[in-house]
Amino acid sequence: MSMTTILQHCLTGISLGGAYALIAIGYTLVYGILRLINFAHGDIFMMAGYFMIFALTSFPWPIAILITLVVTTLMGIGIERAAYKPLRSAPRMSIMISAIGVSYLLQNLSTYLFTAIPRGYPEIPFLKKIFQMGELSASFVTILTPILTIILVVILMILVNKTKTGMAMRAVSKDFETAKLMGININRVISVTFAIGSFLAGVGSILYFTDRMSVTPFSGTLPGLKCFVAAVFGGIGNIPGAVVGGFFIGIVETLLVALGYSTFSDAFTFFLLIVMLLVRPTGLFGEKTVEKV
Amino acid sequence: MKEILLKTEHITMQFGGVVAVDDLNIEIEKDRITALIGPNGAGKTTAFNVITGGYQPSNGRVTFDDLVIGENYPRSKMKKIYNGTYKTPFEKQVVNTPDKITRLGMARTFQNIRLFKDLTVFENVLIAKHCHIKAGLFRSTFMLNREEEAKMLEDTEALLERVGLLANRDEKSSSLPYGKQRRLEIARALATGPKLLLLDEPAAGMNPKETEELSLFIKEIKESFNLTVFLIEHHMNLVMDISDTIYVLDYGKTIAQGTPAEVQNDPAVIRAYLGVDEA
Amino acid sequence: MLKIKRNHLYSIIVLTLLMVFLYWLNANRLQNGMLVSVLQKGVILALVAVSMNLLNGFTGLFSLGQAGFMSIGAYTTAILLIPVQNLDGVYYMNGVHPAIRAFKMMVASSPEFIQIIFPFIALLLGGLLAAFAAAIVGIAVLRLKSDYLAIATLGLSEIVRAIFSSPQFDQVTNGSYGLNKIPNFPPMLWGAIPSLITPFIVVSICIVFIVFLIKSSYGRAFKAIREDEIAAEAMGINLFKHKSMSFIISSFFSAIAGGLLAMYMRSIEAKTFSITLTYDILLIVVIGGIGSVTGSVLSAFLVTAAKEWWLRFFDQPLLIGSWQVPLFRTGFRMVIFSILLMIVVLIYRRGIMGTNEFSWDRILKRLKFKRSKEGGKK
Ligand SMILES: Nc1ncnc2c1ncn2[C@@H]1O[C@H](COP(=O)(O)OP(=O)(O)OP(=O)(O)O)[C@@H](O)[C@H]1O
Ligand SMILES: [Mg+2]
Repeated sequence: MSMTTILQHCLTGISLGGAYALIAIGYTLVYGILRLINFAHGDIFMMAGYFMIFALTSFPWPIAILITLVVTTLMGIGIERAAYKPLRSAPRMSIMISAIGVSYLLQNLSTYLFTAIPRGYPEIPFLKKIFQMGELSASFVTILTPILTIILVVILMILVNKTKTGMAMRAVSKDFETAKLMGININRVISVTFAIGSFLAGVGSILYFTDRMSVTPFSGTLPGLKCFVAAVFGGIGNIPGAVVGGFFIGIVETLLVALGYSTFSDAFTFFLLIVMLLVRPTGLFGEKTVEKV
Repeated sequence: MKEILLKTEHITMQFGGVVAVDDLNIEIEKDRITALIGPNGAGKTTAFNVITGGYQPSNGRVTFDDLVIGENYPRSKMKKIYNGTYKTPFEKQVVNTPDKITRLGMARTFQNIRLFKDLTVFENVLIAKHCHIKAGLFRSTFMLNREEEAKMLEDTEALLERVGLLANRDEKSSSLPYGKQRRLEIARALATGPKLLLLDEPAAGMNPKETEELSLFIKEIKESFNLTVFLIEHHMNLVMDISDTIYVLDYGKTIAQGTPAEVQNDPAVIRAYLGVDEA
Repeated sequence: MLKIKRNHLYSIIVLTLLMVFLYWLNANRLQNGMLVSVLQKGVILALVAVSMNLLNGFTGLFSLGQAGFMSIGAYTTAILLIPVQNLDGVYYMNGVHPAIRAFKMMVASSPEFIQIIFPFIALLLGGLLAAFAAAIVGIAVLRLKSDYLAIATLGLSEIVRAIFSSPQFDQVTNGSYGLNKIPNFPPMLWGAIPSLITPFIVVSICIVFIVFLIKSSYGRAFKAIREDEIAAEAMGINLFKHKSMSFIISSFFSAIAGGLLAMYMRSIEAKTFSITLTYDILLIVVIGGIGSVTGSVLSAFLVTAAKEWWLRFFDQPLLIGSWQVPLFRTGFRMVIFSILLMIVVLIYRRGIMGTNEFSWDRILKRLKFKRSKEGGKK
């Protein structure tokens, strides 16, 4: 492989990684607060893909994007209210099963509504514009993704560290029970968390599908699981960790595909997960804790 | 001559920067009742966890029945941040999981009752008999160990009778009243056939009458099961009544030890319990 | 004592009736194609569901690796059983590995007795291979806490799938083309048990084993781990050893079910064993009641019948007079099904059976209770 092809693949990888990073944040935030692997998160991302397809048939792209993001965010909040809130005091296994159930429902619902045949993802002209940099060529979205990701993460970090809601989020994720006793409105914090997570998944969805050009009801499953791995890799509950994890997995996956190991690119992610859980279960940036007896 | 069943040497347990147990040296004499007391957060439960294998000490050694069951020295990160009073590191690392230590003859109860909540009283005790099972999984599944199984059932029945829970045999353990739950937890520990019984605040949440009953109960089972008892307790009446030796912890350090009478009049103990100002 | 005898009698009667029914079904299989296929698939899924329940419901290990272990069983069985004369047709793209062909030639020329029991040997080998894999993998993942275990086992099952579909193993697994021409169920006892009934017998033996295991001292230890790991460990139960046992046995039986599924479907591909399959089985377990073997079995039949048969009409356009009922079209069945599932998850959390098991005493009590209530009304 020549240097140019390697760089070209890296560029693609970084772009994919950016989308992964945005989705991974949703997992990390929710896990931080509810200790729940939100199995439906990948499907929210998939649904956002369909929302965009339909919004673009009747609206110009800026409005379509806005609609997609709003609807996705509302859907995230709605799912939490309907499927997770009633189980707040139930064992963790039940709420995880509920998440799997929601994922199942969303997949079946979208198969019913949109059929299992892949739908073409509409092109937003300016995103698809090709840029030439020396021998490298890239569409605008490839360059935009990592930049946008970084900007959004910075905004999110400011939000979490400087605002009152953000502090409440951190308090809840540190110690759920104590935060409750301190009078923090847990339900509001959880709703905000799901809103942020779903919003970012919506943005990630637009960036991801613009590059991939079609959506099916099952498009969310594997990327979803991979992004969870990214979150674990970076240290679950840790936002910058999720971003690093997302980029890392995106780049490695792209390189593996380029090297002809595409069947193993998914397997690699899970291999990484298992190794990570064994060697450093708290992830790259997570803190170590001892369980109290 | 006195016979030592359990000995801890310079046990130090440090979590991050917090030294929860600092240089603990305990000797528990066989057939006696030894108590560990101290204000909240003194490190009593932590000491139990180190002894029973739940935690690995940062430094120190635990010997049970002349066998070193746990030993450690500050390693890797702990080496840098180790802040115990006893500085000399031990040499070896001996790790035993809690189940192994239980099978060696040490059983415990928990401060915040940990019964098998959805299972019946009978099952709770029966399960504790499993640790000494001889039959393997297949023999047991195909019921080829009928004798052994029958003996397990019989022993469980007898034990429940002995502790006065036979009437509650088939009740769900979580539906028992609080006092009986404590009793069941002790029965379950007894079912593992221990030489040393560790009780973590067995009288917590009990009224004076119940506490008195418990005190009798402990003495009784000590005699009939040939036990050595090591207990943590806040109820001073109970402690003073039944203990032969008392150790007092405060902020992880042993501030006094001796007979109930000695400890009761020790100025350091009074200070720890009443606060520094009044000393 | 009398009661136990009476219950035994009832059980024998019911079992006899079931056998009579199965023989009747065998004689009339052509008219009852749907029933046969639903019952066979149901019984196979029942075995996977029960083995998943052994882990999730009885040992408290939330594992999502079922599909992976099933695929190990399915592929082993399929590779061993595809007849030697069909090899070239099946592996038409990349050819078959010479060792496989040689092995098949050897089996084909072995004594007849071996050939007759060979399908069962193949099932067993699949199971053992999966058990072996579980033993190795268990060392790594069983230390993990609940949800991490879930995602790690899910990942493992994806890794297995990637291996089976990878071009590097084309000559063994036929890569992404999958395997076909897998022989149907073999008959048992020299034909006394026709092939249609074989899966029922095999699954029954497996489930009886699991039930006995759950009732044994080891099963009780599993339950203790489910209830409270720390307390179980303090009672002298070696967590790793017992979790491994449960994991290995569950994987073994999942693989047996996988092998049976291969015989049932006659053709498999790596996609068959995707995450969705694990989810389907989890849903059966949840609907049946986590921690109830009876529940898993009932639910496996109900869910399979509902999905593949009773709810079919939701997928067809429905005309009442000349009015086309809206909503009824492809995919609606699965939506209804998902909604039912969410209702169970959110409202009827105990599923069909909760943690109860089938017992004559319970049923008789119910019946008596009903009768006395009706009597009261009069
Ligand atoms: N796993 C752990 N990680 C960090 N700190 C711990 C851990 N376990 C105990 N500690 C700390 O060690 C100190 C001693 O706690 P411990 O539970 O042993 O006290 P105790 O004497 O049993 O108190 P109580 O009477 O309230 O039960 C406390 O400051 C506690 O916060
Ligand atoms: Mg304590």
